[in-house]
Amino acid sequence: MSERTLDVAPGYTDEEGGGRAAGLGTYLLGLALALGLTVASFWAAATHLIYGPGVPIALVTLAVAQMGIHLVFFLHITTAPDNTNNVLALAFGILIVFLVITGSLWIMLHLNHMMVPTDQLMRMQ
Amino acid sequence: MSSPSTTLRLPLTPEVIERRTDALAAEYTDAPGHGEGGPASKRIIVGYGFWIFLLSDIVMFSAFFAAHAVLGGATAGGPGAAQLFDLHNVWVETVCLLLSSFCCGMASLAIEQRSQLFTQLALAATGLLGLAFLALEIHEFAGLIARGAGPSRSASLSSFFALVGCHGAHVTAGLLWLGTMMAQLYAKGFRPEIRRRYLCFSLFWHALDIIWVAIFTFVYLIGARA
Repeated sequence: MSERTLDVAPGYTDEEGGGRAAGLGTYLLGLALALGLTVASFWAAATHLIYGPGVPIALVTLAVAQMGIHLVFFLHITTAPDNTNNVLALAFGILIVFLVITGSLWIMLHLNHMMVPTDQLMRMQ
Repeated sequence: MSSPSTTLRLPLTPEVIERRTDALAAEYTDAPGHGEGGPASKRIIVGYGFWIFLLSDIVMFSAFFAAHAVLGGATAGGPGAAQLFDLHNVWVETVCLLLSSFCCGMASLAIEQRSQLFTQLALAATGLLGLAFLALEIHEFAGLIARGAGPSRSASLSSFFALVGCHGAHVTAGLLWLGTMMAQLYAKGFRPEIRRRYLCFSLFWHALDIIWVAIFTFVYLIGARA
């Protein structure tokens, strides 16, 4: 008994039978939402109904939404007190990812902008 | 004399340790977080440690994403994403990985129910769907290389193979881990440390699906439009 209780996270209903139905419902809802967002992504990429330049924005929005769905329904990131550390680490991770990607794009696009185009470089030689 | 010092000097026989562990166990279970009610349970601490690893892995992936975002257009006169990618293949891959992730969650539920049969069935389904994903990816890579669009063709393709191949390598490692997890759950049963290992595996497998969401969106769907 001691090792069981020692090991179970707060709010973990694994001895009462009720835990399963709730857990299964959570996973099914997560699967349905993720599948729906995936279908929406592939549809948005193929359709001509959406204004062309807006499609990447729609795709990014759908991707961020789906990542959120995965975090909540599959990885069980919650706002519960025992999850505070996980959420803070996630926020820090997102910050680093944002800095790496936008920093790289920003610097490299500026670099390309400042560079003399190759054909002009050839003519100067 | 004061009583706390006398209790501290009690000989720590196995029985005393067990009694204290039992008393602590009740406290651990009620620990509501924020340091109240004693330290968090081992399950939460293990999950947190593995979550830190996963985030560092995601940060590493972000460098590959950044490289592909910068180099995606550098095709060196070779074929671009729009001519190379078969989005139907990507769609099947995505569904395979999503269903695999779902089956992994089903195995978590089966483990909570202590059902060996359903655990092994759910894990087998997880593994087979993961294998299907991997087979489709290898098929795609082989097709690209056969058409002369291998990683050495252009900077765009180098960054593509590095990013998607890195994800594929993670899936391969995950499948090996899944195999050992099935064997451990079968041979050792639902012991606490085995269940903690499974918790880490499920976090890893779900996180790979999150990275795949970013790949199919940015590399395939947006890449094929540009």
